Amino acid sequence: MRLKTFVAAGALAAVAAAMPAQGKELKFAFQGSLSSLDPYALNETFTLGFLGNVYEGLVRRGADLAIEPALATKWEVVEPTRWRFHLRKGVKFHNGNAFNADDVVFSANRVRADGSDLKTRIAADVKVEKVDDYTVDFVTTKPNPIIFVEWATWSIMDKEWAEANNAVAPQSVTAGDANFATRNTNGTGPFMVTAHEADVKTTAVVNPNWWDNGAKEHNVSKVTFTPIGSDATRVAALLSGQVDMAYPVPTQDHPRVNDNGGTAMLVGPELRTIFLGMDQHRDELLYSNIKGKNPFKDKRVREAFYRAINVDAIKKVVMRGLSTPSALMVAPAPGINGGDTPSNPAFSRLGYDVNKSKQLLADAGYGDGFEVGMDCPNNRYVNDEAICTAVVSMLAKVGVKVNLNAQPKAKYFAKVLAPKLDTSFYLLGWTPGSFDSWNVLSNLHGCYNKDTGNGKFNLGRYCNPEVDALTDKVLTETDAGKRGGMIKEAWTKTLGDIAYIPLHQQAVAWGVSDKVVVKQRADNQFAWRHVTVK
Amino acid sequence: MLALIIRRVIQSVVVMLTVALIAFTLFRFVGDPIAQMVGQDTSLQDRERLRQELGLNDPIMVQFGNFVVNTVQGNFGISFRIGRPVNELIMERMPATLELSLIAALFALLVGIPMGVYTGLYPEKWLSKLFLTVSLMGISLPTFLIGILLILLFGVILGWLPTFGRGAVDQFGWWSSGLFNADGIRAILMPAFTLGMFQLTLIMRLVRSEMLEVLRTDYIKFARARGLSNRAVHFGHALKNTLVPVITITGLQLGSIIAFAIITETVFQWPGMGLLFIQAVDFVDIPIMATYLILIAAFFVIINLIVDLLYFAVDPRLRVERAVGGH
Repeated sequence: MRLKTFVAAGALAAVAAAMPAQGKELKFAFQGSLSSLDPYALNETFTLGFLGNVYEGLVRRGADLAIEPALATKWEVVEPTRWRFHLRKGVKFHNGNAFNADDVVFSANRVRADGSDLKTRIAADVKVEKVDDYTVDFVTTKPNPIIFVEWATWSIMDKEWAEANNAVAPQSVTAGDANFATRNTNGTGPFMVTAHEADVKTTAVVNPNWWDNGAKEHNVSKVTFTPIGSDATRVAALLSGQVDMAYPVPTQDHPRVNDNGGTAMLVGPELRTIFLGMDQHRDELLYSNIKGKNPFKDKRVREAFYRAINVDAIKKVVMRGLSTPSALMVAPAPGINGGDTPSNPAFSRLGYDVNKSKQLLADAGYGDGFEVGMDCPNNRYVNDEAICTAVVSMLAKVGVKVNLNAQPKAKYFAKVLAPKLDTSFYLLGWTPGSFDSWNVLSNLHGCYNKDTGNGKFNLGRYCNPEVDALTDKVLTETDAGKRGGMIKEAWTKTLGDIAYIPLHQQAVAWGVSDKVVVKQRADNQFAWRHVTVK
Repeated sequence: MLALIIRRVIQSVVVMLTVALIAFTLFRFVGDPIAQMVGQDTSLQDRERLRQELGLNDPIMVQFGNFVVNTVQGNFGISFRIGRPVNELIMERMPATLELSLIAALFALLVGIPMGVYTGLYPEKWLSKLFLTVSLMGISLPTFLIGILLILLFGVILGWLPTFGRGAVDQFGWWSSGLFNADGIRAILMPAFTLGMFQLTLIMRLVRSEMLEVLRTDYIKFARARGLSNRAVHFGHALKNTLVPVITITGLQLGSIIAFAIITETVFQWPGMGLLFIQAVDFVDIPIMATYLILIAAFFVIINLIVDLLYFAVDPRLRVERAVGGH
């Protein structure tokens, strides 16, 4: 090894002498792959995060997730239903085309076209009007105070480029040919993709003409991304110094990464909340020995389940300390709108109490316990199957026999998600894409309605019309103080109903080499513009 | 000879159709691709529309029929996950898998046959015993474990070899090769060793037992009686007669090497067809899974055909029987 180091150092010196101005390269690995380079192809954290280094939205989020101006310099409400965005002047796309209002109008149409997976970025009934070359109005039918909270991941594309390359519409899954934008990019962001081979490697170089180069924080000139699916291989690549950063790192490997000279773990709570849901709709559970009635319709049973689960034990044993037990269905993190503040939480978990749990079950008429089937993914969330196994043994202590059905996510989601909703008791995780409580209230707590899409991830079909009414008001209330009060009221109601059993926020786990300094975002997006290479 | 080839081509079509049919009946149990193809905010209507457009609501036989009709026309569909035509993707990945398989097979043959000959000729020597003991490991340790141990030793502890990927590749037309530069060669060493280890053991043990068998036969005794040199007896007479089973096994194993490169490719993040397939399974990317399985079936059929033809070349008895028209 010493000889090797010596030889390598010699070779490096020779190379350095030959090429004096060698740039700084960032090499990183992620578990999954970047399937498409089209910024509207997939509404998924890694894809959006990666392309966020290449494309930009009207706004962007800083390392602390606070909204900052990006392609828009400022925005204001001119009428309750009219948002006005003032665009940044002098911005160029990577191909040299100028950025202007036409590109925004074009992108607004493209993101809502068939084949786009980001249709929710702008509601279908919003009119996008060009006022002049650097001003765009968004006209809504009802007031919308949070219209732009998801626009950090709504990338603005170049109209001329898309038209010239036949990429006006996003890739269709049924079309025979690959869309030009699937393999090519033309954004305004700090980095430009130079080569992309899905599943193999993607490389990018710094954009010398980026509008924010004057205030840039990074010193990276080249980025190489390699997807490495196998956990052991990804960790080995980090330990051997072939990549400077790798994520996610499985919990059992954290000590190795920390003990290895030259690498360390960077861990923080993620925005994703892991929780348990219960079928509260059917008159008889699909998977239970109780016939003719549904125990979960009785709030006492839900509370008994809640109190039987020891989240601190799950944190200690299953998550090895890498979780934050949660009382709320939305993460108490800065940048999240309408949750707890970490320093001053308004909500707390019901206490872990086996005796009380047994008492509640007895009161509800299940003193001898009962049997229920549980669905769980085994490759979706951090230690998902292990959490479910722990829940099974905890519930066994209060006399409830849980039959666990843990499956890969492809099978799990096919079973439990709408339209089938084929489950009685399940584990799921949720990150509000908008970082706003309304998203969680609507998707997870709204009364399930197949046609309107209300409560589309409310797999247990919890339903409280008062909460629904509040949720509607939250959407259109423009006064921040009033809105906050409504959100708090909605949370108080749903927690009182024990709509769900929140467990914890899992941890974002990045393995980072000493050679680079990165900033971790709680939404697990990796922004290269915060990276410095030593 | 021509009749044999034609017969085999017809057989291969039947084999591939059967594989496709079995594959399609199994896909139903793999899960639903929709949940992976869209993000969490996509509406239920859009999900249903997508399912309808992809034909996932059709009965299995209809899906199978559509696939066969499209495939015959050279349209393998578009990958659900990557959004590009499947034949393009497979062609891009094929060189990586074939190079890896080829190097692994060559390694197994070039090392396995001499080791087999040696242990067959000198069964009592300590070196033979060492070979046999080591080979036990090769046959009993699972591939992924060998791979991870190699990565740990040569990649992490010693830092000699890259732990993942193909390294640098050169492009020759559509064929990308990692065998013409030092970086690519360094990258292929560990995966090829891992993949070839099992075959090496198999070939060595096969050659050894065949050698032991052949050396006891009468014509070897006669050859010795004729005063031929050891070298001529061992290699000219004995080894040549052990080759028929070796060719069969090697041929069949080459098919398995290509098909089972999946595990090695996963461990080393080797960007071949196997990795593409395993990711397709995770994602329920039906067009890729179907095409890959059919392709592997085609490989097996072709390899079997080549093996059969090689028999004629190696074994004179087959040619004689044919000439006489014995059956």
